[in-house]
Amino acid sequence: MRRLRLLLLAPLVALLSACNMVVLHPAGDIATQQRDLLVFSTLLMLVIVIPVMGMVVFFAYKYRESNKAVEKEYDPDWDHSTSLEVAIWGAPLLIIVFLGAVTWAGTHLLDPYRPLDRIKPGQAASEQVEPLQVNVVALDWKWLFIYPEYGIATVNELAAPVDRPIRFHITSSSVMNSFYIPALAGQIYAMPGMETKLHAVINHPGEYVGFSANYSGDGFSNMRFKFHGLDQAGFDQWIAGVRRDSRSLDREGYLELEKPSEKVPVMHFANVDGALWDSILNMCVEPGKMCMGEMMEIDKRGGLNMASVRNTMPLVYDKYAGRGKSPAYFGSNDSYVMTICTPLQAEAAAADRIRRAELDNISAPVSLARITGQGLTPQGVPMASLSSIVRNPVATGPVSTDVRSAPTA
Amino acid sequence: MNADQLIPLIFGRLTLEALPLHEPILVVTMIVVALGGVALLGALTYFKLWGYLWKEWFTTVDHKKIGIMYMILGIIMLLRGFADAIMMRIQQAMAFGGSEGYLNAHHYDQIFTAHGVIMIFFVAMPLITGLMNYVVPLQIGARDVSFPFLNNFSFWMTTAGAVMVMASLFVGEFARTGWLAYPPLSGIGYSPGVGVDYYIWALQIAGVGTTLSGINLIATIVKMRAPGMGMMKMPVFTWTSLCANVLIVASFPVLTAVLALLTLDRYVGTNFFTNDFGGNPMMYVNLIWIWGHPEVYILVLPLFGVFSEVASTFSGKRLFGYTSMVYATVVITILSYLVWLHHFFTMGSGASVNSFFGITTMIISIPTGAKIFNWLFTMYRGRIRFELPMMWLIAFMLTFVVGGMTGVMLAVPPADFVLHNSLFLIAHFHNVIIAGVLFGLFAGINFWFPKAFGFKLDRTWGLVSFWCWVVGFWLAFAPLYVLGLMGVTRRMRVFDDPSLQIWFVIAAVGVAVIAVGILAMLVQFAVSFKNRDKLRDETGDPWGGRTLEWATSSPPPDYNFAFTPVVYDTDAWWDMKRRGYKRPKTGFAAIHMPKNTGTGIIISGLSLVMGLALVWYIWWLAALSFLAVIAVAIAHTFNYNRDYYIPVEEVRETEDARTRALAGTEA
Repeated sequence: MRRLRLLLLAPLVALLSACNMVVLHPAGDIATQQRDLLVFSTLLMLVIVIPVMGMVVFFAYKYRESNKAVEKEYDPDWDHSTSLEVAIWGAPLLIIVFLGAVTWAGTHLLDPYRPLDRIKPGQAASEQVEPLQVNVVALDWKWLFIYPEYGIATVNELAAPVDRPIRFHITSSSVMNSFYIPALAGQIYAMPGMETKLHAVINHPGEYVGFSANYSGDGFSNMRFKFHGLDQAGFDQWIAGVRRDSRSLDREGYLELEKPSEKVPVMHFANVDGALWDSILNMCVEPGKMCMGEMMEIDKRGGLNMASVRNTMPLVYDKYAGRGKSPAYFGSNDSYVMTICTPLQAEAAAADRIRRAELDNISAPVSLARITGQGLTPQGVPMASLSSIVRNPVATGPVSTDVRSAPTA
Repeated sequence: MNADQLIPLIFGRLTLEALPLHEPILVVTMIVVALGGVALLGALTYFKLWGYLWKEWFTTVDHKKIGIMYMILGIIMLLRGFADAIMMRIQQAMAFGGSEGYLNAHHYDQIFTAHGVIMIFFVAMPLITGLMNYVVPLQIGARDVSFPFLNNFSFWMTTAGAVMVMASLFVGEFARTGWLAYPPLSGIGYSPGVGVDYYIWALQIAGVGTTLSGINLIATIVKMRAPGMGMMKMPVFTWTSLCANVLIVASFPVLTAVLALLTLDRYVGTNFFTNDFGGNPMMYVNLIWIWGHPEVYILVLPLFGVFSEVASTFSGKRLFGYTSMVYATVVITILSYLVWLHHFFTMGSGASVNSFFGITTMIISIPTGAKIFNWLFTMYRGRIRFELPMMWLIAFMLTFVVGGMTGVMLAVPPADFVLHNSLFLIAHFHNVIIAGVLFGLFAGINFWFPKAFGFKLDRTWGLVSFWCWVVGFWLAFAPLYVLGLMGVTRRMRVFDDPSLQIWFVIAAVGVAVIAVGILAMLVQFAVSFKNRDKLRDETGDPWGGRTLEWATSSPPPDYNFAFTPVVYDTDAWWDMKRRGYKRPKTGFAAIHMPKNTGTGIIISGLSLVMGLALVWYIWWLAALSFLAVIAVAIAHTFNYNRDYYIPVEEVRETEDARTRALAGTEA
């Protein structure tokens, strides 16, 4: 039977060599390093797993009852050996100490929030090159990509120039998804009202697949998009192509777009409302709704007391119609918190928020000094996510919808 | 008040449309189940078995019968859960190149949710609880568990939960959220139907049973051990059961609480886990995994105990490193609370947080590794008999180490970023759960079946089942490892890339092979029952056992032991045999026993009604059944007629019969 299994394995090996294991052959530096860690930890564990499997088979065979040769070795009371015990606890311990150290360093080096310090092995990231920022919104059931630098947006199509760092800001409109392009870098959740970040770079031109890696409802299977890794000329051309499209994306357009739909073809928007991303992230695209940032700011200052209880409005626009939004049986009717600013104030607050967010991105220290060793930041340079707080002590505002929003120290 | 108002008042949101008549697959299933059910009920009535079942089984407080009922529940639910698995595999093997397969999203999403929920809560949990229930009191030389009525009640609450899940198949729908029902998807906004409510109430009702049975077994193990059995003389299975039940009692309340909060969100409009109004879905994910990770160890720890018993029994040796085995179990118990975040490294926690949980996860592999070595060195210099339980042990060791290895890979956060939620993950946890939990259960079933029924299980069909499971497992899940490395994510219903299809086809073949394995197991039961006289074991100790359960007859008498055994050694029965223990044949006394009661099944039935009423918003019925639960529970406290004595004549008669049977085997 065992031999039969081995025979069965032969065509599998042939099959394996034929298939495209993108996780093991990625095209981006981050994914490559993640792959290396994966392979390394596997090999490290095989050091102990293979001998164990060998011993299981060997002992089972050798000490079988029918084997008369070992009959006199039989020792029914042998149940302890200090040296063996030390070995069987010590060997896995050593491996885990080693792997733990690698994990600690690797996790810090490959933290998706950490700006890239290298483009590929042997090539440090240049301080002159500003990362390409892409704001990603997981919608029901498609992806919206906003390029603030170019003022454009696309649906279900993403492109980036090779060897230029990309900084993704990721959120979701309704439920949890996970943003994942296996060839580029590992995934990270996209969550409504919150922002996650991912830094990555693509090293080889090509067309790659991206998708949601967290089940999000009926249309989940088709929540896929193409990711184009292009050379600089190709990327400029692609941008120009998007700009040729006459459509533009404003708040009303977004509210229409976010309604549930499946298998949505690629869409290009030549213009995007500059405040749209901020209002998506703060869940206040509907006019008159209070932004999360605003609410947090009010709460931070002690709240509105009883006034806030009454400050809700029935939800006029049924944004979840497609998914059968219904209120809780005993709950009050659907409602949302009204904005308390005048439209002008709200606009100014949003602009302020956006400005601060940009500042935050710029001021994040891309410490290009290569971090070696344990992955801790070299002395004197604060960690990326803490830096914004350190560097903007005046940040009276908000508004970190960042998942990691650290309480001000 | 007109009919339009009255009908919702009486029936809540239950309407005729709740019957899934538009789903042909379900209609056929429903007809088959209905016919089968009618046939079964008819047969029970025809053979006048209702009275017997009620008196001897449904109302029993005997831990052995309750254990057997748990096992039956688990095996029946295994068939349902496995049917879901087959449907998923067929769908995924078909849906390529524009094909939608044969399941729409509405149906498919329910199937993978139901598969996960059923396999964990209503297959693995009843099977391990059944095993612990049956074996633990016997191993510690007790006559029953500490709270026999509670034990019966726990079983029926678990069954009520299972009935609710089954009901959702035919009335309404089940959750379409994945087995842990993450909000906001599982919130009322995105899952307005009854599916998530079925999920919530099924788990809440079954959870009562699980928690109470955990308390019961802890009390039993702590308080009811035979004289001389100190903690460090307990059989390893009892130790692992103790740890598993500590985990149950400490973690299930978290599940109850988090589901209660979700219930409030869904029923009352609170905002614990909603997107706005200050809700935070990340809190749910944390809480559910604070229960969810210990749950994994709840499932696997008792089976580590089974493997320990099997290894030492069939190697004819004392277990190597008993003390380190016990400490390994305790360390795993504690560490299992410190690793939950590894289920969502990708949620954006900081690098230090992720590393912490990654490393704690890896640390768990140290005691687990030590256990593997202990079994290995138990085999060393032994005389290994390859009976079925031993074969399952070998298959477990060879398969489980691979699952352990892929688990450690997933514990490295950057590696997890590329494998999280992929089919690699699916392959990993099936690798540990099937190899660890199911193989362990099969070892346990084959090992203790002769104890429970007095005859061994048929070897030939056992071997067929064994090989089908082992080969089928690898055929079904090795392709999933490969697909995970190809970047294929879980819970997908349709695929673009045609090069993936071959792997799904192989996996589907693997599932077919496993199906043969399950079938062979059922045949094994039937054949063994048919040949029971040939397979009969009169000694009560068919394997050369080492622990106390083998000291009594098979099946054991109601009172387990006529005299409470006295323990001097870890392997108490082995030690007794070696010291030339003579079974006492005189001096019996009347034995004090608990009396059967129908209260457990009645309260559970009322809880089931309450759950269904809450699912369908039938408020009057929910209130009424809740009041009835309270009333019956209070009434039960006034029932003082709870115990009886087995008269000494009956004990003597039973023991004399055993004496004759033993003499027969020696002759």
